[in-house]
Amino acid sequence: MSQKQNTYSAVDEVGAVTEQRTFLKRILIDLRKAPYTARFGILIIFIYITVALFAPILSPYGEAEVFPEPYAAWSSTHVFGTDQIGRDIFSRMIYGARNTVGIAVATTVLAFLIGGVLGLAAAINRSYLDQFLSRTVDVLMAIPSLIFALVLLSIFGSTVTNLILIIAVLDSTRVFRLTRAVSLNVVVMDYVEAARLRGEGLGWIMRREILPNILPPLIAEFGLRFCFVFLTIAALSFLGVGIQPPTADWGSMVRENASLIMFAQYDIKAGLTPLLPAAAIALLTVAINFVVDWFLHKTSGLRDEI
Amino acid sequence: MGLVTLSVVSIIIFSSMELLPGDFGQAVLGQAATEETVAAFRRELGLDQSAVMRYGQWISAALQGDLGTSFSGRNASGVDRSREVIDLVVPRLRNTLFLASVAALIAVPLALILGITTALFRNSIYDRSVNIGTLTTISFPEFFVAYILILFLSSLYPVFPSLANVDSDTQFSERFYRTALPALTLTLVIVAHMMRMTRAAIINLLASPYIQMARLSGATPTEVIIKHALPNAWAPIATVIAFNLAYLVVGVVVVEVVFVYPGIGQLMVDAVSSRDIPVVQACALIFAMTYILLNLLADIIGIVTNPRLLHPK
Repeated sequence: MSQKQNTYSAVDEVGAVTEQRTFLKRILIDLRKAPYTARFGILIIFIYITVALFAPILSPYGEAEVFPEPYAAWSSTHVFGTDQIGRDIFSRMIYGARNTVGIAVATTVLAFLIGGVLGLAAAINRSYLDQFLSRTVDVLMAIPSLIFALVLLSIFGSTVTNLILIIAVLDSTRVFRLTRAVSLNVVVMDYVEAARLRGEGLGWIMRREILPNILPPLIAEFGLRFCFVFLTIAALSFLGVGIQPPTADWGSMVRENASLIMFAQYDIKAGLTPLLPAAAIALLTVAINFVVDWFLHKTSGLRDEI
Repeated sequence: MGLVTLSVVSIIIFSSMELLPGDFGQAVLGQAATEETVAAFRRELGLDQSAVMRYGQWISAALQGDLGTSFSGRNASGVDRSREVIDLVVPRLRNTLFLASVAALIAVPLALILGITTALFRNSIYDRSVNIGTLTTISFPEFFVAYILILFLSSLYPVFPSLANVDSDTQFSERFYRTALPALTLTLVIVAHMMRMTRAAIINLLASPYIQMARLSGATPTEVIIKHALPNAWAPIATVIAFNLAYLVVGVVVVEVVFVYPGIGQLMVDAVSSRDIPVVQACALIFAMTYILLNLLADIIGIVTNPRLLHPK
């Protein structure tokens, strides 16, 4: 954090170097001490990221490439068979990692930007701004978010941009509450008062005085929020109002192939096909939950709080 | 307070209609509609009046049980096959309430028992296995749980039907049999949440000094739980239950679509896909109302059962 200063300072330079080294070392030591559930979670998340980044290289066929045989069985040419119009399911799974996870990450980041900045501002400037924002959030949270998202999507139409914006705004309410709550404890500290008396602006106090102190709960919240957003988007796509075809997406893939499940008696592999994308969603959320659990346990005694 | 929230929510749901891009009449009647038809349609809906007046009319009509007329079935040729929203909503609302109450009746006692016992035998093998089980169920999307159940209980071993199509003539036992799978799915999903929250609440309580005091004074573990811990635990537990019933309201949407259950959630999803705004508004209003009422109920139970608030000094 301190290496971005313009003025040169020997103390800073030395401090920065040692800080970085210990940071890396700390991560390694922590990883070695981590329980196997957390290690498993990290491994899974890493695999998902790799698949998402290198989707075009890894997948044997294109995202929307149609083959003549719909509902093909599992074979060497089509590892998981083909879907209702003859698209390769394995390739769509791989592209789905990119689309579904990518959209969920974008949404969560946006939600944290909106909720975090407003939450910090409300905590620092506890006047009409705080009142106004808090009451708005109260009202927004009074409507179940999936229902609210459905209403808004019916009005604006189901495009990816709308989806990201709507879910980010709805989710930022929870980020706002958390950020405001944790930073209220920090705002009363003497060093914040000192910074204010020094004449620092709102931006400086937010970024340099408060943010570093509320980072651990926010990072944990980021993981949990991501799971929540991810599940919401999957649910919306499953309902047919989220990510629209031909974009590959795990939620809509489950819906498209759902009828195959009734053939499980005759061919167990066909019956499993619609469960694959759903399992992909579940695996990632489980992995993130493991890592977040470990992180919370490590940074504080918050473990039993949900 | 609940009333204020409810009216603000109704304003939001109403004004969402105002945000609809493009001309409303044109969007509903399609490209072929002439200028006169559009104008007549707009007049019929009262769109030529101001937004505030229309909100007043809408909310007063909604309070009298008139939720407007659905857009589907309406077309430019002049034949009107559209149905009243209230006729669409009421039978489906009954189905949804049936499903939700079956799920709640199974889930609440089960979650409470699991939550209390895991809190008592903390860190035992029993506690850990239940914890891992619930943590995984929480992470699963509802439709995943639903399809796993279909795979095992309907496809591989045909015990229950995978489609839960009921109508008003269905016998009670038959209805119960057909809603078994959706109810089981909902139960699994909310038991996990409820059990974890109950466990956390009880563990918090057991850490308080007066429990330690009771233990030191020689009370048996059962006495400690029933006489000392539970009276104080009702408030958090009631909050947990109400919170999860509110969660049930949302979960029901996905589950109804999976099992093609003719409930209000499916109605809403269909209406969203066809952009049938009056139906969406009505459903959203009902969902929001249930959600707010349940949260309010949780607050009230929390206050009523709190021994500290019942005996003012």
